[in-house]
Amino acid sequence: MTQAVPGKAVPVPTPETQPFWDGCAAGELRIQRCTDCGRPYFYPRQVCPHCGSAKIEWFTASGDATLYSYAINHRPAPGFGDAPYAIAVVQLAEGPRMMTNIVGVPNTPEALRLDMPLRVRFESAAT
Amino acid sequence: MSGAAGVIIAGAAETNEVGKLPTQSTLALHVEAALNTLADAGLTARDIDGIATVSSPGPVQIAHALGIMPTWVDGTGVGGTSFLLHVRHAVAAIRAGYAKTILITHGESGRSRVGAGGWRPDASSPHGQFEAPYGTLGPTTTFTIPVLRYMKEYGLTHEQLAYVAVAQRKWAAKNPRAMFREQITVDDVLASRMVAYPFHLLECCLVTDGGGALIITAADRAADFPKPPVHILGTGEASETPMISQMVDFTESQAFRLAGQSAFAEAGATPADVGHLMIYDAFAHVPIYGLEALGFVKKGEAGPFIAEGNTEPGGSLPLNTNGGGLSYTHTGMYGMFAIQEGVRQIRGEAAAQAGEPQISVVLGNGGMFGTAGVLVLGRQPR
Repeated sequence: MTQAVPGKAVPVPTPETQPFWDGCAAGELRIQRCTDCGRPYFYPRQVCPHCGSAKIEWFTASGDATLYSYAINHRPAPGFGDAPYAIAVVQLAEGPRMMTNIVGVPNTPEALRLDMPLRVRFESAAT
Repeated sequence: MSGAAGVIIAGAAETNEVGKLPTQSTLALHVEAALNTLADAGLTARDIDGIATVSSPGPVQIAHALGIMPTWVDGTGVGGTSFLLHVRHAVAAIRAGYAKTILITHGESGRSRVGAGGWRPDASSPHGQFEAPYGTLGPTTTFTIPVLRYMKEYGLTHEQLAYVAVAQRKWAAKNPRAMFREQITVDDVLASRMVAYPFHLLECCLVTDGGGALIITAADRAADFPKPPVHILGTGEASETPMISQMVDFTESQAFRLAGQSAFAEAGATPADVGHLMIYDAFAHVPIYGLEALGFVKKGEAGPFIAEGNTEPGGSLPLNTNGGGLSYTHTGMYGMFAIQEGVRQIRGEAAAQAGEPQISVVLGNGGMFGTAGVLVLGRQPR
């Protein structure tokens, strides 16, 4: 865990998303899956987007993902310093996709290759 | 749709100017567009019994500003395509007898931000929780994300992407109202400032002020108006996702496809029947996704299709003939301007008139590939 970065947009959890954020605070990527059709999904919702079932459960995902697509923002953004940074969408090993940033790799077109393997890391936004 | 009563666009106009209009509020732009459109149709506000527009200011405010107490109201607000959905809903309302003469307005002080309200995502919304913390700054950092996946899967090149802006500038050069009219090359586009890789400044839409409005009524009244009728032959609407990260497949828009299928089916038309096309171009990749979703070309073919000159002046499929959001104007909710150009082309009064198209198709985008509307417009009823 790293320190909170001033200026970044801070998410405000809602009751149905709180377990995800609790998982992040514990260093775990917790997402949901349907106990009827068995398919995992993200973002947190009360109903399975695949089959419509309300029989859902939380589980801890592996944290493994691949890089699905991204853009590199060149305009200044609060909390992101002066250098261009990538806003990425990754595909979890379990299937669902989520937006994220990429750390530990230069945020350049040369270094960011689609489908490269990635591993989850958490950054604290707590105040 | 066989058996259904015909519905037309009887009036259409934009604000006196589009571009940088720092002395006009968003509300004033709505009202100016409405008055110009009433004059275009030879009507007054007293003739209007239905109002549609997005919030804000919203249909209640617009009706009040015009001195109207409408008995049909539509405030559908699903992004820049909303006005295409208003047209579709107005067609249904007129067929149902819920309204006789519907006014649809757009005004937006998108550049000057006069009376335009704020732009702040809700931190507890799904976008606020699951996208905004990663540094999104509106459309340039979200709408742009899918294209690298498309480029990898289908071989679209940076040069082909840049050429979308080049082709549209050729149309803009013929349009005195366009904000940017000087010719550009692929090298110019690729040398322009990087906004969000792989998008350079000239691959991103303008940010302007302006407005436009439409009057929708039954086709049996067509002879009552000074301008030739524009027949609404088919319409479609669809929504896919509130967040770009949750788009089903980053190489195609489900909403574009579904709305297009609905509109073409109702019109009994195919892409081969289309003589003029408008595709909402917030960024240079959107016409590529639109051409493929509507079935004008196969998956992966739209980039080369545009780069080979098919959509520019003299090409087989005139596309975005006002110059589009990339070169003409883009207030933030561009859909109204796409409809306006479709109407002008069917009427034969466009600045860059593309022959005498019998059918014009307009594809609107809302949000970041979030929603879509499609209109099939014709010179003749079906």
